Amino acid sequence: MKKIATIVGAAMAVTAAAGVNASTLDSVKNRGALQCGVSDGLPGFSATDSAGRWQGLDADFCRAVAAAVLGDAEKVNFVSLTATERFTALQSGEIDVLSRNSTWTLTRDASLGLNFAGVNYYDGQGFLVSKDLGVDSALELDGASVCIQSGTTTELNLADYFRMNGMSYEPVLYDTSDQTTAGFEAGRCDILTSDQSQLSALRLQLSNPDAAVVLPEIISKEPLGPVVRQGDDVWFNIVKWTLFAKINAEEMGITSANADEMLSSDDPSVQRLLGSSGNMGELLRLENNWAYNIVKQVGNYGEVFERTVGTGSPLNIERGLNALWTNGGIQYAPPVR
Amino acid sequence: MEKFTPIESRPAPLVEVGIIGWMRRNLFSSIPNTLVTIFTAYMLWIVLVPFLNWAFISSDWFGESRHDCTSGGACWVFVTVRWNLFMYGFYPEDSYWRPNLAFILLIAIIAWLSIPNLPFKKWVGIAAITIYPVVAYTLLYGGFGLDVIPTHRWGGLMLTLVLALIGIVVAIPIGILLALGRRSEMPVIKMVCVIFIEFWRGVPLITILFMASVMLPLFFAGGTDADKLMRALIGIVMFQSAYMAEVVRGGLQALSKGQFEGADALGLSYWQKMNLVVLPQALKIMIPGIVNTLISLFKDTSLIVIIGLLDVLGMVRQALSDPAWLGYPAEGYLFAAFMFWIFCFSMSRYSIYLEDRLNTGHRN
Repeated sequence: MKKIATIVGAAMAVTAAAGVNASTLDSVKNRGALQCGVSDGLPGFSATDSAGRWQGLDADFCRAVAAAVLGDAEKVNFVSLTATERFTALQSGEIDVLSRNSTWTLTRDASLGLNFAGVNYYDGQGFLVSKDLGVDSALELDGASVCIQSGTTTELNLADYFRMNGMSYEPVLYDTSDQTTAGFEAGRCDILTSDQSQLSALRLQLSNPDAAVVLPEIISKEPLGPVVRQGDDVWFNIVKWTLFAKINAEEMGITSANADEMLSSDDPSVQRLLGSSGNMGELLRLENNWAYNIVKQVGNYGEVFERTVGTGSPLNIERGLNALWTNGGIQYAPPVR
Repeated sequence: MEKFTPIESRPAPLVEVGIIGWMRRNLFSSIPNTLVTIFTAYMLWIVLVPFLNWAFISSDWFGESRHDCTSGGACWVFVTVRWNLFMYGFYPEDSYWRPNLAFILLIAIIAWLSIPNLPFKKWVGIAAITIYPVVAYTLLYGGFGLDVIPTHRWGGLMLTLVLALIGIVVAIPIGILLALGRRSEMPVIKMVCVIFIEFWRGVPLITILFMASVMLPLFFAGGTDADKLMRALIGIVMFQSAYMAEVVRGGLQALSKGQFEGADALGLSYWQKMNLVVLPQALKIMIPGIVNTLISLFKDTSLIVIIGLLDVLGMVRQALSDPAWLGYPAEGYLFAAFMFWIFCFSMSRYSIYLEDRLNTGHRN
């Protein structure tokens, strides 16, 4: 299996170097639409609503790139991809940007011919426990039985964490996340572990969501971010700065509601970001109002977060690590100057 | 002399006729049988009654959001609000008439060909394999003045039917040719057919789909962007024709040698022999086998979920991850199962009808 992965990786890297030569920016402009790879359904990140419209943090990032490049957030062709085919789809040019809850790791960055353009969501493995258990911290979980989806990195992280803290546990393995939830609900285990963003969705599927609580501990690092092909730095910059523009806009207090008033703001950094002074857009080879389009049509990082996974959504995930650095989180963007 | 009047025949005792009699004969004929009957009835009672109650009696059918599901049973609102998505995927709503028209035409053609005694069957048949594919392609994909709707927007039941129909229609003729080739006495043709059949039959469909979607694009890099649906479709057709070939070969081998020799003795050419003597008999024997393969093909189309194409099952799974509708997997999967069952069951009934109609006494 490892061998196959290496061969596929090498093939990808070769194709990346030789394959797609044309500038991604030009081909997106010629096509008049962004080809954006999303998941085949992850609540809050990319899933379709009952009208068939893609919603979620990842889907809205696609819209932000389209707004920056084409001036219209709706000019996106969403391509739903499974976990195995996502990187190939990017390498073969089927999509221009991959925004599909992909964890940024060294192996992926270095051996697949890909570039991660930043972190859109800091995820990590967490625990869901029943309130009856009366546990406030994961360190009190010695001897607990744990429902896990088998064959995932989750299983390994869990083993590491319990061994490191000198605690014992009894694993209860399931094949799918639906079964895992059902097992937890039926009382087969005391706790359920998975990525924190998914725990919130799983909790909602319980017949009484209020009876369970997500513990604050995170035991692994899962930084999720958009990915582009290596070797096209112009496009890499655009995707990277689309994310930074969303974060900077939140820091400066620019929202989709007040973007028009902020155009005439006296603050020079706001002016530079929104394009009312300076030529930041041109440096990225975009229109000067690129960031204005993002914020106006899609919203700043905080708005999108609250709407898709945060308190304004059924998932109700706390900002936590994803709060701005000024608010105790680690979302930080370089300055626009 | 007194005339003999037979006693009027009395009706059989009540416990021997009607429902009661049937039950006595079949359900309560002996003590073990009675025990089994009671046990089965009890199991049905504890399983079926809650299910019917959940699915029909205390279920919600109409509404806009999950808040309309108040009766505690099945929430079919989940299916009804997404009906269009389950049927057409992301196909633009104002173009729904295009797939509708394509499928209505298809049903009309099938009906024309399968109802006995309608005229012009030959011409309708020819149109069905020459003109109809072009019309259907234009309607579904676009061209000739219709907007192009790229295949990544296709989905739902429509995509399932497209995959299954193309798979069926293309795999049968290729399969027949492969089977004839495998029985041919010309070594090169025989070799090619054997290798083709054994190769495609030797790999799981899931591997073929993976290769088509993950490996193939790496080989034609640089903009040559063969459509993902097209790649999957070619894979499915290759796979199914190999299976079909073996079904057809089975039918050919079931014919007695005398039929071949008789045709040869009449001086018929190879194709005359096949068309007039061998295939009409062989295909009739093969109907159950062919339909069996077709039904499994129909169900196999749902494997395309693993390459991110969203057929009816894929759309259901996709819908399950909508944050506003979390927690209705039972309704979604039951709906998908029901859709598949409708089509597979109709195919199986049609095959039984065909067998009866073509029965010329070979079957006992």
